[in-house]
Formats: sequence, structure tokens, C-alpha cells
Amino acid sequence: MTSSGGQGDLAAELRGITKRYGDLVANAAVDLDLRRGEVHALLGENGAGKTTLMRILYGLTRLDGGTIRIDGRWVAIHSPRDAIRAGVGMVTQHFSLVQPMTVTENVILGRASGARLDLAAGRRTVEVASQRFGIAVRPDAVVETLSVGEQQRVEIIKALARDCRVLILDEPTAVLVPHEAEALFETLRRLVADGLAVAFISHKLGEVRAISDRVSVMRHGRMVGTVPGDTAERELARMMVGRPTFGVDRQEAIRDDGEALLQVHGVSAHGAHGLRSLDDVSLDVHAGEILGVAGVSGNGQTELAEVLSGMRPVTAGSVLVDGRELADAGPEEVMVAGVGRIPEDRHASLVLDLPVSLNLILEHIDDFGGARRLDRRRIDEHARELIERFQIKAHPHDRVATLSGGNIQKVLLARVLSRDPRVIIVSQPTRGLDVGASEYVREELLVRRGKRAAILLISEDLDELLALSDRIIVLYEGRVVGRLDNVEAHPERLGLLMAGRGVAETEAAA
Amino acid sequence: MTLEARRAAESRLGRGSIIAVGAVITVLAVTGGAFVIAGASPLEAYYAYFIEPLTREFTFLSVLTKATPLLFAGAAVAIAFRAGYWNIGAEGQLLMGAVAAAGIGQVVEGWPAFVVLPIMVAAGALAGAAWALAPALLRVRMGIDEVVTTLLLNPVALLLVQALLHGPWADPETGFPESPRIAEPAEFPGLATFLTFLGTSRLHIGFVVALVIIGVAWWVLTRTATGLRVRAVGLSPHGARFVGIKVERTLLRVALVSGAIAGVAGVSEVAGIQFRLTEGVSPGFGYTGIVVAMLGGLTMPGVVVAGLLLGDLGVGAQTAGRSLQIPSQLGEVVQGTLLLVIIAAVAIYRWRSSREEERPADEGEPPPDEPEGLPPAERSPT
Amino acid sequence: MTFVADIIAATFRNATPLVYGSVGETYTERAGILNLGIEGTMYAGAFFGFAIAYHAEAAGAGPAAPWVGLLGAILVGLMAGALMGLLTVSFGANQHVSGLGLTIVLIGVSEFANRLVFPDTTLVRIEPMPLLDPLAGLGELGTVANQYGLTYLAFLVIVPLAWYVLGRTPLGLSIRAVGENPEAADVAGIDVFRIRYVALMIGGAFMAVGGAFITLAMLGTFTLDIIAGRGWVVIALVIFGRWRIFRGVLGALVFAALFSLGLRLRITPGFEDIPNEIMLALPYVVVIVALALSGRNVPYPGAYLKAYRRS
Repeated sequence: MTSSGGQGDLAAELRGITKRYGDLVANAAVDLDLRRGEVHALLGENGAGKTTLMRILYGLTRLDGGTIRIDGRWVAIHSPRDAIRAGVGMVTQHFSLVQPMTVTENVILGRASGARLDLAAGRRTVEVASQRFGIAVRPDAVVETLSVGEQQRVEIIKALARDCRVLILDEPTAVLVPHEAEALFETLRRLVADGLAVAFISHKLGEVRAISDRVSVMRHGRMVGTVPGDTAERELARMMVGRPTFGVDRQEAIRDDGEALLQVHGVSAHGAHGLRSLDDVSLDVHAGEILGVAGVSGNGQTELAEVLSGMRPVTAGSVLVDGRELADAGPEEVMVAGVGRIPEDRHASLVLDLPVSLNLILEHIDDFGGARRLDRRRIDEHARELIERFQIKAHPHDRVATLSGGNIQKVLLARVLSRDPRVIIVSQPTRGLDVGASEYVREELLVRRGKRAAILLISEDLDELLALSDRIIVLYEGRVVGRLDNVEAHPERLGLLMAGRGVAETEAAA
Repeated sequence: MTLEARRAAESRLGRGSIIAVGAVITVLAVTGGAFVIAGASPLEAYYAYFIEPLTREFTFLSVLTKATPLLFAGAAVAIAFRAGYWNIGAEGQLLMGAVAAAGIGQVVEGWPAFVVLPIMVAAGALAGAAWALAPALLRVRMGIDEVVTTLLLNPVALLLVQALLHGPWADPETGFPESPRIAEPAEFPGLATFLTFLGTSRLHIGFVVALVIIGVAWWVLTRTATGLRVRAVGLSPHGARFVGIKVERTLLRVALVSGAIAGVAGVSEVAGIQFRLTEGVSPGFGYTGIVVAMLGGLTMPGVVVAGLLLGDLGVGAQTAGRSLQIPSQLGEVVQGTLLLVIIAAVAIYRWRSSREEERPADEGEPPPDEPEGLPPAERSPT
Repeated sequence: MTFVADIIAATFRNATPLVYGSVGETYTERAGILNLGIEGTMYAGAFFGFAIAYHAEAAGAGPAAPWVGLLGAILVGLMAGALMGLLTVSFGANQHVSGLGLTIVLIGVSEFANRLVFPDTTLVRIEPMPLLDPLAGLGELGTVANQYGLTYLAFLVIVPLAWYVLGRTPLGLSIRAVGENPEAADVAGIDVFRIRYVALMIGGAFMAVGGAFITLAMLGTFTLDIIAGRGWVVIALVIFGRWRIFRGVLGALVFAALFSLGLRLRITPGFEDIPNEIMLALPYVVVIVALALSGRNVPYPGAYLKAYRRS
């Protein structure tokens, strides 16, 4: 990797970048400078436009207006190929790796040319880059078998192996445990010392302050401002949301007088690839309580939600809801038992091509007609009622696919919560939602808690978990490795548990 | 309606019109070109193909007669595709229904018609459903793609027909591979017996039966909970499963219903037109049914329109063949072109529409793979 | 013993269209696209190859005529693949529907053209491609080795080459990546659309050759229903072969063996009583059973049937 010019020179200049999606302005005349030898963070809430901006820089999204200069030269970037040629590399949020292929094959993908696939040369490239940047990867490993942290390293090598001058990382720590994140930061510091310009997208204040030299804050598609990396948190937060603090404030004290409505004992289950994904998991959720499930994505949370939703069988253990055995029961039985399920994959759990009114009755179609006619009038009435109650910005006959992410989530909520479930299994409820929608969702959960429902909250957002849960358990590699009540749960302690450091170590650390 | 919604609707209308116009132009260009190559003037050819059959009473009734098997087959296929079950085996299922009809038709001499006809229809439906059973089970129990299995059973069905016609059902006098004529009670009454003004037309009650079946199917699909479940399974199998719909059971039932209707198509042809079983009992009705279903957008009203259109085209192609000296195969070309252009037009329309529904990348998960226009969303085999 | 040799020879011969088809469809499906247009493409390859060869012969091309026809067939196959690409890749239309529509159109166009070009119903023939008989006189070995050039080409050149390109070249790597995870390929700088078009066109060309083999070599003439469902069989073979070149070829050989056996047994003493039709139906049934036995968890390419759009 050659760096023409010295530290502090402009590696990339974005001017007036504009991008519209229909009426939504994702980027409004955004300016950004990326300098050599600096880690430049792009900070903002979900929906602020930071990913859109970087995807434009990498050619994954077409810009509607504005210009880009790399190393002082105007460039037209219409595809990742153009971006790569201009010296831009990107590690996307959801890894762009071909799972069944090896590390080497993934790294040379798109680079190799000619008649022969020179795997030996490819391997050497990987090893050289690995040495040079101090990033440990195994060239012949199949990507599928690698841990999340390792896969990310492969992604970075992939970008670096192409002599990029600007490296973009999109929410890289979303899938890392704290010590892996530390390792990543180490790597980044080495890279920028070498003259690379790093753009680091994040919505986490803490790590932004830890790693960046400068921070550019975006809000609602606009660039609010660029400040030094050690700017105070309150100031950054204010720039991000327009007010000093954000998040939900918990008022009520922990109640422990409720009966255990959800009892999970010794549940084990296989995951998508037939490997064991849940190992002897036990937990209880009481009425009027929110039990948070913490853990880095991929440690069994998805499978746990699927088991409790009736979408995945168990290989061992029992699931009791109000005393009723539901392990291996199908979705219908689970619903009938009074369990409300708000899954993490909204789009797959609704029928996007059907209108809002029909989606809202899908969980109890027979109440509206059975084998005979569907009572259209009642269905529409029902829809209007729920639209008002849950503040859904839609008409009953709109196709769900046309709604915004927040409103889609509200439809899901309305469908589930309008039945007043006694037990609620909710997964990543605010992922991808803007501030307003997120607050609404969290409020709803607290309301339900007030109505004595037993809520199991699975979330990758530690702040959310800490704000909402009465108790927290931590999943690591499919096992429960920690049970804490709200008072004992500090981010550092949780982070260690999430990383697999056992109980003894966390006690020593606390 | 809000301002944005109205603007969106208008732009949608505008975009739809442009695509529709483009589609029509493409069809005219391609088929017109084909007509010219065949040595006829396009205008004359269009008239002969599409309009002329409708102008004379006899040919009009022929259109309806010719459309009858297409209505059955189109409905059978449309129902299956709507649920996301790719039943390509309508041809074989139809043949099995024909076999059942011919079989029963040979043993019911002297029976009363009002007993024989329902039995024959039921037998044909059963035969068609039975032929659809194996691929359906393989799909539901083992996740094996039904496209291949239903498809491969078509030649097997034809071979079965041939085995019967060269063996036990060969004409005892001539040895030709055609079954003995079915007994009179087994014949579908021609509609001319009830509506004398129909004269010598061969239109038979099969046409009415087809419309009735289509009517029932329409009602079930659009107005009942069962139909909603079927549609949900086709549009989002995971979403359907999540809300407690028994996806496998639904697919199995849909597959059997589809096979049954195709079987009745076979009965209709044998009992209404041919009165015996021959190797040529179906010149590809099962496959044309797929075209009808797709042209009709998988809806029942669409199937009626498309079935009549293709019936019209079929009659037109034959008569034009004689009057204009152009090969009747041109009809297939027109049919195929229509189909591809419709497929393309719908896809383009959906693609443009989905741009509107696009979300910026950091608003959570990216938009899901769009369910394509005509049939419901692709099922990813897992 | 001669019976066995006959069967083996017939197997290679009858497997040839299936091998070409299966190589073509494997490339296409590895790129993530199910091409149900294969039946129509083989049909069009068979007809147009024949028609072009016929006219080349009439124009005095002599023994080169079938090869000219073959070139024509390849061209038709390329265009068919490109058309499928237009529908499924560029427009993002449903792959099942597009493929079926393509088959219907191609068969219709071929039959129409057949009526135009050969208006008389009398059978038109060309001098077919010759059989290569390198081991003539070596008894059974000679029988087995008595094959058409295209058959030798298929087994000795095309299959290994196809395997090599798919597994050991950058193009093959790109095709496989596009079929597994087009987003990853896109991010890596690969032009997903272009690769899919390439795979479709390569596939189409091979399919057309498979069809043309029947009219240009095996029969020397064209009849309606000449492909008789072989295209559909190839679809099954590709799944059965787990999208691997060699396994697909193996499946083709097994199917062709059963088919050839069925044909031979019809005229063998002792077997005449079994209806022909059962023999002929057997290969299809075996394929279905084989699919059934191969069970769940078939490793479809990751992006199978999904149109790619940059989101």
C-alpha cells in the first residue's frame, strides 16, 4: 500500500452529496473530508444517513448530486469496482463474504484475472497482508467455520490487499465482544500510522471517543458538524439528537412478587446448520418483569427466540408457559397459550404484499370468518382501531411493503399486543428504527410490564437492555453464562460475560 | 389521500401506462414481423387471428369450445402457482383424468346419465389428484423441488396412455391406438341440447363446469379464510408459518386440488369432444394452461380472459392458416411472445415500483427480495 | 458380450445431449439462475442447426455443412441465454415463469420456422456428421469407440474443460461467488449482471449444441418433439449431481444407460411381452426416485432463484 503525500493530506473530499429515496432525503448536501493518517468517525442515530453516505463513496448506492475527489482527483464512482480502482475499500455491516469459500478465495475474488486461478499467489498475498498489518487470518480456512471476529479480519484484509487509501468500516463493533473490539482498534491505529485514512461509522458514543481523531455527526441526512474525537459525550449526544440525553428513563422499582409465567428448563436445540446452538438453557420470567437477554449476535439468541416462538424444535428440556408445556409446540399452540411474539426479522414474519388490515388479523384469521366468508367490514374496523391505537401511519388497505420501517414494526406490535398476551417474546425491537419509533416501542414494552405481562427481551443494544430490564442473563455460545439483576449489571461486566469470560473472572473484575 | 400518496399513485399510473404501451408495441412488432415473414400482411393477420373468430357465430362457439380445456388447466395451474407450488405436471394430470373418463365410459352402457356423469367427473378428479400426490408428498415431506418431479411425470403419463392404447384398449377391429368409443351415458351433453340456437356447435357442458369451478375457486381464494391462508403461503411462506398457518398441509391440499381440476380437464375433453381416448387427446393443454395462468396474472378472472383469448387465438390460427396460407404454428409464436412480453412488463413495473419502496441502507434490514409480479414470491428451497 | 458393448456404445451416444445440457445448466444454476428454458433452447438448437446445415449443404458446403449448422445452433443458444438474462437478470422477472415462457416461445418459433423453411411434410435429410471409428476391428472395444466427434468432444474435452474453468479459473470463481452471495461479489467489485449473463449464454450455447447433436449427428433429420423432454431430465440431473460437473455427467450416463437398455430390451427375446412403455418410462421414474432418495438438505447455491438488486 503506497500513500502518496503525507499525513494530514486529504485522502477523500465529498462535497454536496445528496441522495433521495422518493420523498425521503437520506443525504442532504453533505460535505466530508477524510485525511490520511486519521480515524474519522461518522456518528449518528439509525437513519441519520451515515451508511448511505459511505455506500455512495463505495459505489453501492448512486448519488443524486454532489462530487467526490480522491487524492485530489475527481472521480465518478458508479460501482464498487470504480471505488476499488480509486483506492476505496469497505467492510460492510453484514459481511460480504462467500461463506462456503476459503479465506484466500474470498480475498482474491474480483481481483484475479487471466486464465488460471493462482491460489498460491493468493495465499501469499493474504500472508503478506496479514504480516504487514498484524492481522491474523488463516488463508485456507473456510469462511463458514470462522468466528465473527475472524471473518471481520478477513474482510479487512480483503480491502487492504487492494491497496486502498481510504478504508470504510460500517458499524464494525456491532458483532464484536469488547476485547475483539480492542484488537480492532489496535489494528486501526497501526493502519493509520501507516498513512491510511479510516472512516468509521458508528452510533456508539463511547467507542467513537475512544478511537477517533475527528468525529463528524449526522442527523436526519444532514451533516451537523465535525469536531475533535475527544469532544465531550454530552456535546456529541446533543449534536446527534438535538438534546443532551436520550433513551428511556426507568422510574419504577423492581417488583418481585409476580409468579413465573415463563419457565425454561434445560433447553438444548440445534441451529440452522445442525450444530448445537442452545445448550442447557434455563431461565424464568415473572409477571410484571422484563428479563433481558444479552449477548453478541450469533450466540444462540435467535434460536432461543425461535424455540420460544414455536418455530424451532428442542433436542432437550421443557418450556412452560403458565404451566403448559410448549417445547416443540408449533406457532399456533404457542399463540393460543397466550404468548406474543415480536420477532427480529419483521419482513419475514409479516406478509409484505398483503394490506395492513389482513396482516393485522393473520394470527387469528378464524375470528373473522373461518371457512365461510371473511367479514371484510369487521376486518377493516379492526384495522382502523389498531391504526389509531398504535399510531401507525398507514391506511388499512396499504400494502405493508410500502410502509416505513418504524410503521412496519408498529403493525407487528399492533398485531401482537392487541391480543394482550401474558408472555411476550421480543427480539431486537428497535433495530433500524429512528429515535421516535424506538422510544415508542420501548414505552409500549414498559406499559405491558406495568400490566403484569412477563417479557423476555433479546437485544444487541446494551443501553436498551440496561434501561428496560429488571434482570439480565447473558448468552455465550448457547449457554447462560451470567445472571444479574439490574443493579449489578454494568456494561463492563456484561461485556466480559458476553465475551465468554466466566463468572469467576467477572467477580474478580467487579 | 395525502399529497405524497396521490403523487405516488399518479406516477404509478403514468409508469404503468408507459410500460403497457411499450409492451403492446413490442408484441405488435414481433408478431407483425413474424406475419410478414410468413408472407401475410400484419393487419390481415391480426384480424384473422383475433377478430374474425368472434364475428361468426359458429367460430365464436368454437372459441368457447376450444377454450374449455384451457380454462380448466389455467385454473388448476393458477391456483397452484398462487400458493407457490410450481405444478408443471398439469399435462400428466389431465391425461390421467382422460384415462379415468375413457375407462368408465367403456363400462357404463345403459346406465343413467345423471349417475354416470358425476361419477366420471369425480373419478377424473381423483385420478388427476392421485397423479399429483407423489410430487406433492416429496415436496412437503422432503423439500424436493416440485418443478422437476411434476414435470418428469408428464412423459410417464403419456407412456401410460400409449401402453393402454397399444394394449388392452387398442381398437379390437383395426388395431389402431385409439380406445373404443365411450358409451352414450358418459358423453357430456352438448349445450345445444339445452340452448337450441347453438345449432351444430360442439360446445358442451364442460364449458359450464369450468366456469363453475373457476367461480368457486375465485370465491374461496378471495373471500374465505382458507383462500387467505393459501395466498399468504404463496406470498410469504415464513410469515405464514409464523402466524400458525400449516404451510405443508396447505401446499399438499393445493397440489391435490390443482391435480384434480387438471384431471377434470381430461374428462371434459374425452367426454365432451373426442368421446374416446387417443394419443393426441391433449396437444399440450397442460402446458398451455401454464401460459393461461401466467397471462391471467394468476387470478381467476384473469384465467377466464386469458383462456378465452388463447381459445380465440387457437381458432384464429387454424382458420387463418387456411385463408391466408400462413402456418398455424404462428399461433404458438404469438402466444409465446405475448407471454414473454407480459412477464417482462410486469417485472419492469415491479422493479420501478420497488425503487419507491427502497429504504436507505441504515434504516435497518435491506428491503427483502421482491416477490415477482405474476406468481408469488420465490420460495428459497431450504 | 456384444449386447453389453452395444449398450455401452448407445449409452455414450444417448448421453451426449444430456451431457452438453447438464454442463450448460450447471453453469447457469451455479450463477444462481434456474433456466427452465433449456428444453426450448435444445429444441431451437436442434432445429436451427439442422436448417442451417441443410442450406449449407444445398449451397455446396459438403461435409462441413453440419459444422456450419452447429455454429448456427451455438449462436441461437447464445441468444436464448441472453434473452433469459434480459428477463431474469435485467428485469428481475420470476425465473420459473421466464424459463417456461422461453421454452414455449422457442419451441413455437422453431415449429413455425420449420413450416416456413420446410413446407412439405416429406422428411428432409442431411448428410449427418460421421461416426469416428478409431478402433474399428477391435471387436467390442471397437463398438464402444464408434462414436460421433461431438461425443468424443463432450467427454474428452468439454467436460474436463468445463470442470476446470468452473473450479480453477477467476471466471469460475466469480460465477460461483455470484451464485452463492451476489452481494459479496458486488462488494468485491464483480459485475454481477455481466457474470450472470455470461453464465446464461455459455449455458445456452451448450444446451443448443446438445440439441443440435441429435439432428446433426444422430438422426440427420428434424422431427417435431425431437427433444422429448430431455431438457427437463437435465434439470433433474443437475440437482442430482449437486451442481458439480462430473456428478452431473455421471447422472447423464446412468439415465442414458437405462434408456438404451430399455430400447434394446424391446427387441430382445424374452422381453417382448413387457410393454415398451414401461421400459421407456423407467428412466424417468428412476430419476424421480433418485431425487427422492437424495433427501433433504440439498445444497442449493446460496442465491438460487433470487434476482439481484443493489439495495
